[in-house]
Amino acid sequence: MRGHSGWGKAWRTSALKPTYDVIIIGGGGHGLATAYYLARNHGINRVAILEKGWLGGGNTGRNTTAIRSNYYYPESAALYDLSLRLYENLSKELNYNVMFSPRGMMVLAHSVAEMEIAARTVNAMQINGTDAELFDAEDVRKRAPILNFSREARFPIHGAIWQGRAGTGRHDAVAWGYARAADSLGVDIIQNCEVTDVITEGGCAVGVNTNLGEVRAGRIGAAVAGHSSVLAGIAGFDLPIHSYALQAFVSEPLKPVMDTVAFSPAYGTYFSQSDKGGLVFGGALDRVPSYGQRGNMPVQESVVSGLAEMAPVLAKVKLLRHWAGIVDVTPDSSPIIGPSGIDGLYLNCGWGTGGFKAIPAGGTLFAHLLATGSHHEISRPFDLDRFRSGRLIDEGAASGIAH
Amino acid sequence: MQLFPCPFCGLRDEREFHFAGEVGKTRPKTSEPVSDADWNTYLNTQRNEKGAAREIWCHVTCQEYFVMERDTVSMDVLETVALRKEPS
Repeated sequence: MRGHSGWGKAWRTSALKPTYDVIIIGGGGHGLATAYYLARNHGINRVAILEKGWLGGGNTGRNTTAIRSNYYYPESAALYDLSLRLYENLSKELNYNVMFSPRGMMVLAHSVAEMEIAARTVNAMQINGTDAELFDAEDVRKRAPILNFSREARFPIHGAIWQGRAGTGRHDAVAWGYARAADSLGVDIIQNCEVTDVITEGGCAVGVNTNLGEVRAGRIGAAVAGHSSVLAGIAGFDLPIHSYALQAFVSEPLKPVMDTVAFSPAYGTYFSQSDKGGLVFGGALDRVPSYGQRGNMPVQESVVSGLAEMAPVLAKVKLLRHWAGIVDVTPDSSPIIGPSGIDGLYLNCGWGTGGFKAIPAGGTLFAHLLATGSHHEISRPFDLDRFRSGRLIDEGAASGIAH
Repeated sequence: MQLFPCPFCGLRDEREFHFAGEVGKTRPKTSEPVSDADWNTYLNTQRNEKGAAREIWCHVTCQEYFVMERDTVSMDVLETVALRKEPS
């Protein structure tokens, strides 16, 4: 109506101050959410977010927007279901439309044996207090008739694990919504500010050097995803993390053909359809450790061919864009939230391929850690010390994709 | 597809290769007690370098293990050397 004139800025452009109560390194979803919850839940607003590029320009802007909590272990279910519950109310809370769309998600089962495992997963999810249903092939057909129900299919559909509360969101809006809300509570958002060094005094992290100068704080939180090992290297320690490229794809826009999210572990492909009409799909990690934010051909080929087999009618759809983000993968495919080993420096990393869906929970728990110096009961099992104690939370199988 | 140079077979399709681990990890001697911290370092901790990295790879088709030096950003392979030879 107004020709898109009259839009105000959603957040201030702040200058870097010499000291803060808390510095957060990384202006992605987790960093922005952490700053917001520090101010809102803990009344700490002398907070700076230092982002080397632009807000949400890393994995927050590169994922395929699926939001779910269909996990096997109680620790994971507590974490991801907290996130899902926060997503359910997020647009209202931030007064910013993050377009959370609980359209449900199905994880397909392709054999009698897979149906037995699916039943076990559904039972575990229900015991964890997460909504879950076991679908037979007819239930799947009702929700997603576009899928391949042929008996000649490479992997015939027997049923699925269904989580009705799962869905998708608008990834950029999550970053922007948290940024605007954090900014309005007094948080300084500093873009184009790259941390070059962690300043330690007497073994404690007391600040960081950046391309914009030195800045000090009582506590420092790092939420830098695929670059966590690089930051740890700067600070002088190693992490149990490998960085890999994870690819994603979007097709040309189509009329609505798919109103849920379908994932087939056997084909190694999952897809949904965006409000704009594009098919949004992805699959497994690249097989080669990488920091190059682009994918490689073998995985691209297997994901695209997996989609063509999952829903053969889509085989002639043209690919519009294709990209990759660098994800930080831990040995047990669960995140790391906790002290880094250097006093004053805390970690929120290791989300691997599933960081977007965890943004509200990651922010809540990391803010609790940075404000109080101690774990929230939900984040305690995800401490770095589990790799020494051996108490891993091995969720490699939960998302169904090997990582 | 990217081609990786196997020191034994020459340039081959990347799908024939398997990443086996970072160079320089030595399994703790189990003839003596091994601390949890040492097991953690051996089993879990990674250098995960950005840029030049030295790694052990296996060429699955010929089953030979070798050292590959490559750039983890550009994905350029800088050098591959058989494990039995000293890298230059």
